[in-house]
Amino acid sequence: MKRIGLKIAIMAILASAAPSWAGESPAVRNCTWCHGTGAQGYTVAPRLAGQRPQYIMSQIRSFREHARDNPFSKQYMWSAVAALDPHTARDLAEYFATIPPKAANDGDNTLASRGRTIYLEGIPEANIVSCYACHGPNAEGVRDIPRLGGLAYFYLKGRLEQWGQGYHSGPESPMPMVARHLGPDEIEALASYLSFVK
Amino acid sequence: MKAVGLRQTLLTAALALGFSAIGHAQDMVVHAKGALEAKLEYCKTCHGLSGQGYLGYFPMPRLAGQQPEYIEAQLRAFIERRRTNPIMFNVAHVLSPSIMTALATHFRGLNPKPFGGAPRGSIAAGKRIYEEGLPESNVPACSACHGAEGKGQNEIPRLAGQVYAYTVGQLTGWKTERGQGSAVDTSAIMAPTAHNLTRSQVEAVAAYVSNLQ
Repeated sequence: MKRIGLKIAIMAILASAAPSWAGESPAVRNCTWCHGTGAQGYTVAPRLAGQRPQYIMSQIRSFREHARDNPFSKQYMWSAVAALDPHTARDLAEYFATIPPKAANDGDNTLASRGRTIYLEGIPEANIVSCYACHGPNAEGVRDIPRLGGLAYFYLKGRLEQWGQGYHSGPESPMPMVARHLGPDEIEALASYLSFVK
Repeated sequence: MKAVGLRQTLLTAALALGFSAIGHAQDMVVHAKGALEAKLEYCKTCHGLSGQGYLGYFPMPRLAGQQPEYIEAQLRAFIERRRTNPIMFNVAHVLSPSIMTALATHFRGLNPKPFGGAPRGSIAAGKRIYEEGLPESNVPACSACHGAEGKGQNEIPRLAGQVYAYTVGQLTGWKTERGQGSAVDTSAIMAPTAHNLTRSQVEAVAAYVSNLQ
């Protein structure tokens, strides 16, 4: 009887130490409150499911250091991450990365094929670089380069516009240089294409 | 009186024409300079702000300090599809020969620190292969052609400071990327050497050259 009690106590300690957020811990719920059920994104808050963990961590750092400075980041994310310790940030990033992402499918279907061409080839004549070179053949991202496939049209469009307007993401991102050359038509086409990528 | 007036008018007209021609030539120079700067920024978006290379989904090679003849030869190889690369074909096929030369000259003059990030364990083994080759596997010393400091010459590329993942990718994928089609291509020189190196030897050499300044 005593033995069993000890075993249960050990199991309970092990279970609480494991970073499995199975039942949506308070930390996860604080994120999904805005980022949507299953972290699939909701209105202005992007999908976190399936995102690259290193990217999530780098963005949390950028919010904390106020490097990512577009209006919604300022309004919501700067305070949201202020009390987040690096250890919890890493656990959250790793947890969200394991959730299978669902495509938003909310772009303009008729623009998707033009978007795909720009994504793969860029527009060399206009000095618009290929997105594929960094974000990968299926927009899946790698390391701290984000997955773009299946993100919401509104979010993708907003981000591309903001870089062109001089907002920042992090200290090292080449995206301001990339986005400066994109016109409204190219941005709509890219955001449409990417919203359908699985 | 009338003749003088006419002469003055003609002179003024001639001067005006002359100035406008100079103005036009200056516009063209300014325009060409703007086009070159825009294209350089385009290159550096992927190859790094100082041409030091970058790791995207694919590794982007260092162009800084590269031999201009090598850069131009590779751009032509992309266009003629002797070197297969889905991104660089699109990039290269819109470049005029004169802008290629200007880009290559610009990158030649850059000298940033190596990109870094290579594993450090096999650098000594890599140095030995680089300087002495592997006689038992028919691998000549890299330094014989690429130079003791890895700076290259003419169409032989600089290897010093090259991005580790890029060098590994090139040496292990030589046969499927370089010297495609039936046209004569200088990359054939490297084919047997790339073939005779094992994966771990490739990694050792790539780590060694990635640290050369």
